[in-house]
Order: sequence, then C-alpha cells, then structure tokens
Amino acid sequence: MLVIRRELVDAMVAHARRDHPDEACGIIAGPEGSDRPERFVAMDNAERSPTFYRFDSAEQLRVWREMDRNDEVPVVVYHSHTATEAYPSRTDVSLASEPDAHYVLVSTRDPERDEVRSYRIVDGVVTEEPVEVVESYMFSHTGADDTPDRR
Amino acid sequence: MAVTVSIPTILRTHTGGQKSVEAAGDTLAKVIDDLEANHGGLKARLVKEGSLHRFVNIYVNDEDVRFSGGLDAAVKDGDTVTILPAVAGG
Repeated sequence: MLVIRRELVDAMVAHARRDHPDEACGIIAGPEGSDRPERFVAMDNAERSPTFYRFDSAEQLRVWREMDRNDEVPVVVYHSHTATEAYPSRTDVSLASEPDAHYVLVSTRDPERDEVRSYRIVDGVVTEEPVEVVESYMFSHTGADDTPDRR
Repeated sequence: MAVTVSIPTILRTHTGGQKSVEAAGDTLAKVIDDLEANHGGLKARLVKEGSLHRFVNIYVNDEDVRFSGGLDAAVKDGDTVTILPAVAGG
C-alpha cells in the first residue's frame, strides 16, 4: 500500500496536467527505510514526448546525489500517460529499475477526471497496490485495525 | 589506478549488497572488465553488443560518458564512476 499526503498527489496531478499532452515524470524522495514520500521533485522529460519519458541524465545524477547526501531514496517514481489508462505499459515494465519504489501512474486522458494508481514493478511483474491519501502522516495508520489493542 | 564505483540498488545483488566498490582501469571499458572479474554478471547489465546499454547511465565524476567517449572514456586514479539505471518508460 502507498500512504501519501494529499498535497503530494495534487502536485503530481498538477505537473501531469501542465505538461499534457507530453508525459510528465518525477520522484518523491523520502527517508531511507521509511517508505514515506516527503520531498516532491518534478523532473524534466528529456524525450518531451506524448508516448515516452526519460529523466534527463544530468538532472538525475544531481537529484540522486542529493538523495544520497540526505539518506533519502526515491519512495515514489511517477509519470503520466496522456492518452491511455494509468496502468504500466510494456516499456514501463521492461525498464523499471527501482524495485523498492512505488511506481505511480497519473492519467490525463480525461480532462475532467484524475486517475492516480500505484504499482510495484519487480523483475517484470506488476502488482497494483491501494493508495491511501492522508492529510498528515502523523494521524495516518497503515493497518486495517484502528481501535486500540486490548490488554 | 583505483576508482570508486557507485552501484545502484538493482545491481547490488552482484556486489554482495555493497553500495560502492573499488575497481581499476584507465578507460571505462577496462574498469568494467575489472568489475566483472570481481563481481560476475555486472558487465552484461552495462554493456550490450560492445556498447553501453541504452538505458543505463554511467558518469565519470559529473560527466555522462555518452558525451565523453562512451566505453573509451578516460578514467583517472581517484575518479568516481556512478552507475544509474535510466528512469524511463512509455
């Protein structure tokens, strides 16, 4: 499951809408081991294409070094599909290189309705996961059980 | 000629989990051959049919080697070689 703050979801959707009809892409960094997306980083799509995306290599090196310095990892890797559903394409699956990341797909095919879905992509296998949008991580819970344990 | 090579998460299975390893060589091609000698399987992930894999970025210090000679890029003692899989898709 991906637990993510609303403002971060809004930021991904806004970026995808802004770059439409080209695909938009970026990451949300978070502390290593936390699985908590915190720091939104919109990346340039070096391909500037409606059907393909690739992080600019110089920008990627800069952002990855910055994460290393901060003990962060790319908790979320996102990109948009501008004419198809928010589901990983064959290319997305074959090129997925961050086994620990949540791959978030935003579809902008419908101008009225936002589609945001999340996946794990490991060794060519796509697994969709629920997305829980929260106002704050402090009050979110990741389990199904929100009543206090009985002693 | 020792250089430090930074290994991305997805390739750390070849380095016993290590984030960075040492290697030797005065060109990127030689550094990769030296990596392969100590961490078998890495070369096939970086090089395809005699040239750099299209979806792997390799940097010598801050320079993407695509713009500085590819596998022939010069590497000096003390340089840092960074391997980053391209983040790309359709």
